[in-house]
Amino acid sequence: METIFFYIIALVALGSGLIVVLCKSPVNSALGLVNTFFCLAVFYVMLYAPFMAAVQIMVYAGAIMVLILFVIMLLNLGTEARKRYTHGVVWAALASLLSLVTFLVFIKKGQITGAAGDITKDVVMSVGHTELIGKTMFTEFLLPFEIASILLLVAIVGAVVLAKKEV
Amino acid sequence: MENLVQTALNNVNMWAIMPSIILVCFAMGLLLINAFLPRGATKPAMWISLIGLAVTAFSVISGWGSPQYGFSDAVALDNFATFFNVTFLIAAAMTILMSDDYIRREGYPIGEYYPLILFTTAGAMWMASGTDMMTIFLGLEVMSISLYVLAGFFRGDVRSNEAGLKYFLLGAFSTGFLLYGIALIYGVTGSTRLSEIGVFLNAHPSLLSNPMTLAGIMLLSIGFLFKIAAAPFHMWTPDVYEGAPTPITAFMSAGPKAAAFAAFLRIMEYCFFSLKPEWTAVLWALAVLTMIIGNVIAISQTNVKRMLAYSSIAHAGYALVGMVAANEIGYSAILFYMLAYTFMNIGAFAILVLAGKKGEENLTLEGLSGFGYKRPLLGVAFTICLFSLMGIPPTAGFAGKFYIFAGAVKAGYIWLAIIGVLNSAVSLYYYLRVMVYMYFREAEEDYSWVKVPVSVVVSIVIALVGIFYLGIIPGAVMDLARLAIF
Repeated sequence: METIFFYIIALVALGSGLIVVLCKSPVNSALGLVNTFFCLAVFYVMLYAPFMAAVQIMVYAGAIMVLILFVIMLLNLGTEARKRYTHGVVWAALASLLSLVTFLVFIKKGQITGAAGDITKDVVMSVGHTELIGKTMFTEFLLPFEIASILLLVAIVGAVVLAKKEV
Repeated sequence: MENLVQTALNNVNMWAIMPSIILVCFAMGLLLINAFLPRGATKPAMWISLIGLAVTAFSVISGWGSPQYGFSDAVALDNFATFFNVTFLIAAAMTILMSDDYIRREGYPIGEYYPLILFTTAGAMWMASGTDMMTIFLGLEVMSISLYVLAGFFRGDVRSNEAGLKYFLLGAFSTGFLLYGIALIYGVTGSTRLSEIGVFLNAHPSLLSNPMTLAGIMLLSIGFLFKIAAAPFHMWTPDVYEGAPTPITAFMSAGPKAAAFAAFLRIMEYCFFSLKPEWTAVLWALAVLTMIIGNVIAISQTNVKRMLAYSSIAHAGYALVGMVAANEIGYSAILFYMLAYTFMNIGAFAILVLAGKKGEENLTLEGLSGFGYKRPLLGVAFTICLFSLMGIPPTAGFAGKFYIFAGAVKAGYIWLAIIGVLNSAVSLYYYLRVMVYMYFREAEEDYSWVKVPVSVVVSIVIALVGIFYLGIIPGAVMDLARLAIF
């Protein structure tokens, strides 16, 4: 049952991914991207990571997509913008194909199972995903978490410096 | 739960991140102060950021010899980190000293310039002291994002815009590689702590030939080699270095490059020591390629800034030789070389700043005609920096190259050392050509050279003192570098 469900969602994800790449209109591409994000969220749920799924929908499907649509709207992409991106498409296709084959070989031949952590799916079910992530973030990854706040500050300052008319 | 939190709090140890805390506090305070300063007043910001760097330097140096570990092994302020931190601080201080007059001359007296340099330095410090993939990654991001902004800082200048955007797009792309590599390694080993990864891989030899491990190492290395500007990931370097404001170019080629070397070295040594023969073989080829591409393309450049960009690629190649040697001399020579390169390269750029005319930078070889006798002292200083970049004794560049190639020879890479020396010989051509223009060509017109501000002179003097100190008594610093490696 789960496997069948996985394949259905995987097909939808791949289909929406193709829409992103192949569609002529940027808005359609953006909508395809939203769909891909939703499919990824479903995958997270199936991997027993409900918090990640929620974040995926809120941050990517919500915030980032709105941003992308805003940019598309503001830039008002005309026909000339679409033409430009056919440049070098053969090489891009070859590179993608090559990496696809490489990764298929890796998956077939590779021993994908690494070390098993102590957070199994039963632990996730009994304690709760959000709580687990919160605990790890504020204990084991406390310093990276704090650095991330500096990172956001730098990004904001940078955006203001580059974009404001008169600093 | 209570126990978990208690253990984590016990593991915090603020001393392990004290230098970066001080630096970030100064940067944030400076952002606030800037808001209240009148528009265009950048002098106070310069002074405050210099004081911040000095206080941080005090905190860094006082930590020498007493390593601090904190945040449950996410960060280690050991001698290795301390040595690199000093390099970053010197690079930042020299950059700030040569900037103030320049950004006002070019018409962008924006106070946020200085906090961004401090943030870049803090990010570099986290990269050098991080012993967890996440710390290193986030340090790299803080450093890179500040640099993207600084590269595009001259908003009205097309070249600067191009540099900023190009660096941003390619940098984001390379970060993707790095993160993918980290994810794969995490998948294989179940940890992001560098030492745990190393122990786990060593205990499970079957994982060493696992394609997932190898792909992880490959992607990780691509991320760092991009930041180091090693061939074939060097394509962004000339355009970004040429377009960015000159002080920022100087900074980029010294501080952040050293930071990428620090993190790369630590990761390779802590995590993948079991695969040393394999990755040194790959780096052998990349080092040769980087040296040759950098030196050969630099020959055909007519823009001095662009020439120095290619020369910085070549110098990354020399430093990679030390990594290939992978022995005590090789590793400590990288530390030494990065410090030496900071002095000589930033020094050269500081003089290039003074070669400019008002409103228009003067960076072509032709433009430097007659610089040597119109500005005798600056000409001599530039000559010394170029001699050091060539690797002529008694300068820092010679000592650095000597140690690097000594390490390679000791590790049995005779050919690599020979290729390196031959490349240095090639580099003589394009460095000497600058001197030929400076001393043996008449100045075309009698245009007014910019006046020489004291702060830039201080920066140049620091560079010269550093070049001669490291060149004449290299043993002292080299002994410290020996103590700094793992």
